[in-house]
Amino acid sequence: MKVLAFDSSGLVASVALLEDRQLIAEYTLNYKKTHSQTLLPMLDEIIQMTGFDLKEIDALAIAAGPGSFTGLRIGSATVKGLGMALDKPVISVPTLEGLAMNLWGADAVICPMMDARRKQVYTGIYEFEQGRMQVLEEQTACPVEEILQKCRKIGRKIIFCGDGVPVYEDIIREQMEGEYSLAPAHVNRQRAAAVGVRAFDYWKEGKVETAADHGPVYLRKSQAERELAAKGKKLP
Amino acid sequence: MEQTKKDVRILAIETSCDETAAAVIKNGREVESNVIYTQIQLHTVFGGVVPEIASRKHIEKINPVIEAALREAEVTLEEIDAIAVTYGPGLVGALLVGVAEAKALAYGAGKPLVGVHHIEGHISANYIEHRELEPPFLCLVASGGHSHLVLVKDYGEYEIVGRTRDDAAGEAFDKVARAIGLGYPGGPKIDKLAKEGNKNAITFPRAKIADAPEDFSFSGLKSAVLNYLNQCEMKGTEINRADVAASFQQAVIDVLTEHTIEAAKRLGVDRVAIAGGVASNSSLREQMKKACMKSGFQFYHPSPVYCTDNAAMIGVAGYYEYKKGVRAGWDLNAVPNLKIGQR
Repeated sequence: MKVLAFDSSGLVASVALLEDRQLIAEYTLNYKKTHSQTLLPMLDEIIQMTGFDLKEIDALAIAAGPGSFTGLRIGSATVKGLGMALDKPVISVPTLEGLAMNLWGADAVICPMMDARRKQVYTGIYEFEQGRMQVLEEQTACPVEEILQKCRKIGRKIIFCGDGVPVYEDIIREQMEGEYSLAPAHVNRQRAAAVGVRAFDYWKEGKVETAADHGPVYLRKSQAERELAAKGKKLP
Repeated sequence: MEQTKKDVRILAIETSCDETAAAVIKNGREVESNVIYTQIQLHTVFGGVVPEIASRKHIEKINPVIEAALREAEVTLEEIDAIAVTYGPGLVGALLVGVAEAKALAYGAGKPLVGVHHIEGHISANYIEHRELEPPFLCLVASGGHSHLVLVKDYGEYEIVGRTRDDAAGEAFDKVARAIGLGYPGGPKIDKLAKEGNKNAITFPRAKIADAPEDFSFSGLKSAVLNYLNQCEMKGTEINRADVAASFQQAVIDVLTEHTIEAAKRLGVDRVAIAGGVASNSSLREQMKKACMKSGFQFYHPSPVYCTDNAAMIGVAGYYEYKKGVRAGWDLNAVPNLKIGQR
């Protein structure tokens, strides 16, 4: 089973090639350059370096959302285009599950959070039971205080990761009780290898879609739609 | 020895605004398919294109539209020689969907990629139905986002000789249409209503720019229409909407036609073309045709389906770029304010 995985949901752009229990290559860039300029050249670099034949992959995996709307669409269009050209299915991985997978096996509860602007975070709560990811709170958009309250309620050790952590660190330190820690650099941002590993779980469950059917998971309506809804109207 | 010339097929993708489009073009001029999914219904409630909604619709429709273009052309992706995509100008989020998709498709299928300028595409739409048309010629490009007079020196070689200083011609149509309660999109609605009105009923200004006689300005005209409507309201005079539409439209057409003919004379070209959404305006076509005939110019215009945003025109422009050896890298980005002729 060979999977080509992508994550362009946030500032990080990441591409990984996985084969069963091996990571063949991963290229991760956490730098201010648009994903449109980085994602395909990174894939090309991986292909050039490994000499891997793209036709041999079994599926494409993508951190489908939530995240930056534009970033999600660049990743989505990339797997849709590759999927059509190679006639391969797409595995849609919730972004927060990919982030949490970075901390596989931790004897703690994982709370990834991404800065969602408008005083909210994209977040969820996860744990690992006998090596399998369990979703305690499905990914959602909410104020940071709300997820911290849920974390406190669980009453276990918590590990926070994601680009929302530096943004809300003061609030985390102020409101968290009990044991918690902030994940270190190599596991606190999106990584396509983690998306790929999570994709294997979905593959085993048969949760795959066609490249045509695949689309981003925004978790939020556009501003124009929200304003329309406030007037009691809907899109035609 | 018999020599067989291989056909060149371009798969083109266009997502710069609110149409998701794909087409297959054979040998630069033959349209084998031209699929357009228009989102116009979706944006009508907002009175204009909402970028985020447009981008969301593009990502939803892009694969089915491309698949339909290949199916209708009865070709497979393997039979395509290159993939062309609009990378500017336009809405950045909308452009990015097409650009990312085209890059991945080209990469996955092992095909060369060509980036195409949207306006150069509009100009190239004239090649589709006029096999005899070749550069050099002068082209007036008028749409909701653009008003340019462009000298096409050669395939892929463009020089801007006139541009709007403020509103695009199509933008003025949209704003006036809104003011007289016609709604969005304004162009076709004003065109239709104007047929019932008197184009000489109201005298609206025809702007000239002192140091640049081939440039355009439509914001003064738009203000004049709004002032006229306000004055009527204050005086309690009844507004004849058809007369307003006809008189406004005539003012736009006079300026577009006059500047185009003057520029053609100055440049010494004998072929004049029009392109872009406004090029499907029936009165503009008629007046431009008459003016060209009077000056001894050949006049060209595309059918309405090739005036609106479409991918066939991108495939045509892309073909000539491809023949010239122009190739885009895998780092091709969307350039929302891409200049005509920029490479």
